This record gives sequence, structure tokens and C-alpha cells, in this order.
Amino acid sequence: MAEERVVGIDLGTTNSLVAFMQGDKPVVIPGDDGLNLVPSVVALGPVRDGGRPTVLVGNDARHTLLDTPERAIYSVKRLMGRGVEDVAEELKFFPFRLVHDLQPGEVFRVRLGESEFTPPEISAYILRQLKRNAERYFGAPVTQAVITVPAYFNDAQRQATKDAGRMAGLEVLRLVNEPTAAALAYGLDRNKEGIIAVYDFGGGTFDISILKLHEGIFEVISTNGDTHLGGDDIDNLLIAIALHDIAGETGMDLHHSAEAIQAIRKAVIEAKIALSSQPVAQMDIKLPQGGSYQRELTREQLEELIQPVIHRTMAPCHDALRDAHLVGDQIDEVVLVGGSTRIPAVQRLVSDVFELPRRGKQLRTELNPDEVVALGAAVQANILGGGSKATEDMLLLDVTPLSLGIEALGGVVAKIIQRNSTIPASASESFTTGVDGQTNVAIHVLQGEREMAKDCRSLARFDLKGIPPMTAGLPRIEVRFLIDANGILQVSALEQRSGKQAEVSVKPAYGLTDEQVESMILESFDYAEQDIHLRQLVEARNEAATILSAVEKAPSSPAWELLDPPERAEIALLSEKLRVLKDGDDLQALRAGTEALDKATHRFAELMMDAAVSSAIRGQTMQSADDRLGQGPTASHPIARAEFQ
Amino acid sequence: MQTAERVSAPAKCWSCGQEVTNGQPFCGSCGKVQPPRQAGYFDMFDLPQKLNLDVQALEKQFYRYSRKLHPDVHARASQQEQEWSLSQASLLNDAYRTLKNPLERTKYLLKLEGVQFEDERGPANTNPSKVPADLLEEVFELNMQLEELRQNQKLGEDDPQLRRDLEGAKDQFVAQLNLLDEQVRSLWSAWDAAWEQSDETKKTAAKEAMTALLQRRSYLQNLVRDVSETLKES
Repeated sequence: MAEERVVGIDLGTTNSLVAFMQGDKPVVIPGDDGLNLVPSVVALGPVRDGGRPTVLVGNDARHTLLDTPERAIYSVKRLMGRGVEDVAEELKFFPFRLVHDLQPGEVFRVRLGESEFTPPEISAYILRQLKRNAERYFGAPVTQAVITVPAYFNDAQRQATKDAGRMAGLEVLRLVNEPTAAALAYGLDRNKEGIIAVYDFGGGTFDISILKLHEGIFEVISTNGDTHLGGDDIDNLLIAIALHDIAGETGMDLHHSAEAIQAIRKAVIEAKIALSSQPVAQMDIKLPQGGSYQRELTREQLEELIQPVIHRTMAPCHDALRDAHLVGDQIDEVVLVGGSTRIPAVQRLVSDVFELPRRGKQLRTELNPDEVVALGAAVQANILGGGSKATEDMLLLDVTPLSLGIEALGGVVAKIIQRNSTIPASASESFTTGVDGQTNVAIHVLQGEREMAKDCRSLARFDLKGIPPMTAGLPRIEVRFLIDANGILQVSALEQRSGKQAEVSVKPAYGLTDEQVESMILESFDYAEQDIHLRQLVEARNEAATILSAVEKAPSSPAWELLDPPERAEIALLSEKLRVLKDGDDLQALRAGTEALDKATHRFAELMMDAAVSSAIRGQTMQSADDRLGQGPTASHPIARAEFQ
Repeated sequence: MQTAERVSAPAKCWSCGQEVTNGQPFCGSCGKVQPPRQAGYFDMFDLPQKLNLDVQALEKQFYRYSRKLHPDVHARASQQEQEWSLSQASLLNDAYRTLKNPLERTKYLLKLEGVQFEDERGPANTNPSKVPADLLEEVFELNMQLEELRQNQKLGEDDPQLRRDLEGAKDQFVAQLNLLDEQVRSLWSAWDAAWEQSDETKKTAAKEAMTALLQRRSYLQNLVRDVSETLKES
């Protein structure tokens, strides 16, 4: 059976994409509308007979956003892994409707029509759509993926993304940082050597990463960014100006009119995009309250307005350079990623930071900035899926973007893993008790660069439990903090004197528990008619692939020799037929073909079973007999390996 | 911190049964990742416990080992091998990060030799007993100036002369830091020679000299940080 394909997914603030390696080239898989970009919008469709509304994703959902905005949500990535107090700022600009009766520490939920969802659930709907797009394209199930995240995402945001994957029925093999993924896409040409900077200015996040490329190794030296800085901020600024204008002209305060804001949002985005290629754009917005708002915007005006926003990307660039012990003109190549890098003012800013014009160098923009992250994710997916000629020497060494610390006396943070440490990275710390007979020790883990715990992001509080009662200060509990290759923290503890594995209970500050994630796994059989047909087709193809692969191995079995030549010829003929049917769409014919081959191989299967049993009796191990039978399929099929006991 | 408890019994590869060199994280014969043993950073790279080190060679070895140990390489291996790979790769990264940095390398070696450093985190000059004796007067003066600067800040006043004085003091401390680094480096060869000759007396002498320099360095470093932060805030 063919190896299952691992796909690469860019789960973006504005748009999401799925890609895979076709031969030696990564390609984006289009949706059934033929478009590569799936807008990261989720909406509730009309309520069906069963009483449950359908969930729409992408362009279908975008229409809902304009007509009935309270039934749609966009830019949910901004809410991933965040607490209620973090998002207060967002709520001023985004029409997110939070559920009010939250308990402290609970993951918040967003209201959509009459239902409530956590941010990972909404992301899961987007992921499921991408998964379906890939399955439709391959005609085979897809269950494993690499998903990209902003490099500057913290532990909670990463965990939330991983949870979303699981809810969508995807095993997330790796979370890859978006700028690093982009570097992979650009670096497929393995002869590339030197230092590159990736400037990734997307819809909602900004990242800068500096990498060293050497013989196929992509070593991230430093990364920095702002998880709340992107094209959205430019849009919000323009919306605020328009609302102010309208209030001045008509006296109408439209701040609370979701319909009006969506109409304005659509218009300012169109104007912003147009101004990247032309000097003037017109906005003409029909207001739902009646009347219209018209305005002409020049590129000059836009650039002046957005200067403060794009200027905020400078400090992270300088910090990343400083951490890498480099200056701007030591960077050999600068790669642009993300839709916001199409803005000419942004390109000028980046060129200046890295002194490109003086050195006669150009920004690297030849890969589509909307797609390059997904393409890179596909490259990493290929590497993890076993690699190919195109990726065989490639290895990614990424870093953790934020320092990890624990709260010490006086609310001070003791840093135990510094930012920009290559991951996986670990640190061990010893803890002891302060009171005689104490059996619990509480540890507060934080992420961030500030000195005081209250200024850092609280990741989790751990309770070391079950410490054997001893005199205060005598127990020595070794706690190992390990940041894995996804940038996610794992903790384990050992009491040194008793050698007892201390129990660690993790209370993530904003995360979902395993049980909660489990309960949110999307039902995968709520498909429309055509999806059921597809699923049946996919299953039938799998079944056919299974038997074909078993038949392929048959000639190496001694039992094969015991068949008559006509029997062998029939098996060969039916296999050939089935191979053709497998690539077609005819479900009935495919099933019939599988059944026919199944029947024709019945005697062979029996012979082989006999051989296996008798060789086992002759003293060979069951294991080697089993090996000879081949890595059998697990379905109930006569060539299956399970029956001899 | 990782301790260098040398494992004496030679290990056998769990997969092919061949002997695995002490501390080596993967099998030299079949290349399979090995279960983590309590290897120290020098063992990880099969290096002697010496301080002069070819950083370029270390980088090469780090890349070579990364190709064998990184979790990406073992994404399709058994659960057990994936866990070992995660553990070994983190140890490799920790070891490389420590050994490639001259200061961290020196500190790590001294820790292996039983030196305990004061907790280096947190504000520096809260405890006057920690101030090196010859710096007492300077530090006292500096703290007065810092306090004055903070007062000015509260009152919204600016004293350019005071700022210049502090900048000057900072530069002077930074120069001292650089000098200390050179002094530490010059002791590396003394340590390495003593290590080669297994001369315990000379080893102890080098160790103690380096420890004293590093303690002073750590104090100065915190001082510089405090001054920079106060200057930045005002």
C-alpha cells in the first residue's frame, strides 16, 4: 500500500492553505472552488432539519460575514491560547462576542449565532476543510500534517494549535515556525549557503528570523516578533478613520453596527490592496443604515497613515540582529513573507534595515508571499514522512523564541532556558521543601524576557506531589524542563533521595485539558451526500491497495510455487484490472474488482497459512513466519496474517 | 545542571549489540540512537575536559550529530526511539550551546570540578558583603549616583553631567569585564596543561584562579546591567 501522504498546512490569520510535495516540488492543493487560499473564516449556515446548523468555512463563510456578521468569525488566530484579559485590546476592533459566565482560568468561548466555540474548535473547522480538500485531491485519507505557527507564538498558543489539529482528526507531526518554513521553501536549492533573514508580516502576526544555511542544515540563529501586529492592524486603523469621518459628516455612530463595520472593512482592504499597485484608490461604501461614504485615498496618504504600524516591525528586527551578533549588512538574503509585504512602504523599510540598496541587493520575493509558508510546511512534511531525493540532506534546527523561567522568591523570574536556544532544549532545577513533612511543592513556570513574574506570560503552575515527608530542606526534587521540537514544554520530576518519580500535575494557564480536547473532536461523519460517496470511494481504494500490495509480495512466498500456472495468470490479470479501477471513480466496479481478486487468491492464502504454521512447528519462531507473510493488512482479508494461532 | 558521572561499564547497542563508546549518543556501527545515559557535555562530543577548543570543529560535529539525533530524523521510528532522540537531541543542543561559548564553557568545567557559583540571578548590589573589597568605594559612589538619577527621574529633572558620569563609569566597568575575560582565557592553557599531566596541584591552582575571576566578573556584569537599565529608564 502506498505511504500515506503527510501534508503541510499554513493556518493563517487571514487565509489558510494546504500543500504537499509533488515529486521534488511543493505545490498548493486547491479547494473545490479551484482557489488555493481558503479564507480563515468560519460561519454557521442555515439551521437544518436536525436542528444543528451547518458549519461553513472559507469563501462560503465570507458571504455570511457580510450578510449576517453575528454568525461568522474571522482572525480567530488572534485568540488562540490567550486569556480573557489578553484579548481586551482585540475586542475593541474585532467583533468577537465572548461568552460572559467564564470561570477564572477557563478557556474562553466565542458566540457564533446560537452556539459557542473555543478558539481551537473554530481553527479545527478550518483545518478540517483543508484536510477534506487534500483528501478530495488525493482520493485518499489524510491523517497526518505539519502545521505552521508564528515563530513568536508562546507555549499556550502552540498547544492550542496542536489541540485544533487533533480536533480536526489530524495527527500534528510537527509545528513549524512560519519564517523557518518560508526559508525551507526558498532553500530547496541545497547549494545555498550563508545568512538569510525572513521578514514575515502577515494578517495578524509579525516575525523576523535569522538563519544560517549550511550543507542543507537550516539553523535558526535568532527570532523575534510580535504576535499582535499585522495587516489587520492596518485595516483597523483605516476603519477607525472611516468611522470618524462618517460620524463627522453624518452624525451617525456606527461603532456598534456589525454590518456597517464589515462593509467598511471590505472596502478599506480592497483600497489597501489596490494601492500596492496603483497610486490612487476610490472607496464607495453603501452603509446599511442608508446613504454612502465615499473617499479617495492616495498611496502617499496611506503610507503616512500606516507608518506607525509598519514602524513597529523595526524593533524586533534590530533585536533579532543583536541576538544573532550580526548587523544588517551581514545578511546575505532577505526573504519576504506574508501579504503585508506587498506594500511598497514595507519593502522600502526592510531594504533600509538590511542596507540592501547600498549593497546592490534585492529583496527575495519570487515565491508568492501568501503561499510560501505552506510550501515550506510541505517540505517539512516530506522530511518527516521519510524524505525524498529533493529533501534528503535537509534538516531544520529551530529555536525557542522566548526565555523560559520559574518564579523565585520575591516574584523574580529565574531564567532557566534562554530565548533563541536551539530546540529541543532542556534544563534541570532542584527544588526542596520549606516546612518539615511538606509533601507538595508548587512551581510557577513563565515565558518572557522581563525580570518580574507579573510581567511575563504565565504558562502553568505545577504541583510536585507525593514527596516523602522529611525534614525541611532535605528532599531534593530534580525537575527537568524540556522544550520539544514543537516549542512545547514538557516537565518531569524525580525525588533524588527516595528515587521516587514525583507526580507532576500540570495546570496550563489557558489551555484545554486532554479530556476537553477529546470531547471537542469534530464528528467526521456529518458530511454532505458527496462527501459520503467520497469517503466510501476512499475506503474502497484503501481496500484495493491493501490486497494489491499483498499480491505483489506473493511471488516471494514458497506457497506461490504451489499454485497452478493458470491460477497465477488469473491473479496477475485481476490485479492488473484492479490497478486500473483503483485510479477511477467507479465505486461499484472497484468493489467488484477487489472481491474478484480476493476470491482468486483464496487458495494461495490458505497454502501460505499452512506453510507458516508448519514452519512454526518445525521450530522457527512465530516472528520469522510472520515476517515471511509480509507486513499484512489488518482488514479481514484472506491474505491477512492474523488467523494462525 | 548536568553532572559528569562517568559511566564505567561499556554499553552495548540495543539494536545491533556492538559496543558503544562511552557517552556516544548513537551507535557507531548501526547508527541507531542510544538510550540516554548520564553523560556530561564533554563526553557528548567525545572531548577531553580541556578549555582550549576548536569551535569550528565543534560546530561541524554538532551538525553531524544533529543529523543522527534530531527528532525529525526519527519521526517514523518507534515511540521508544523517538523519546530517546528527543532526550539525546536536547542534551546535544544544551552541550553545544554551553561549550561553544567561552564563558559558559569555563563555568561548566568549573562546576564539574565542584565549584559552586553564587546564584547569579537577581539584583546585584543589594548585599554589600558580596562586593569585592577593592571595588567597595567605587560601588558606593556608583549607587549614590544611580539613586540620584532615579530621584531626578521621579521629579522629572535631568542632569546631563550625572548621566555622562554614569556612562563613563559604565564604560570603565565594561573595560574591566573585557580585561577579566582575557585573564580567564590566559588561564585556560594552565588548566589544559595541568589536566594533561594529571597534576592535581596545578589543576587546583588554575581552578581557584579562574573561579575568583569569574566571581568578580559576575558581580561586575550585574553592575553594568543595573547601570544600563537605570540609564535606559530615565
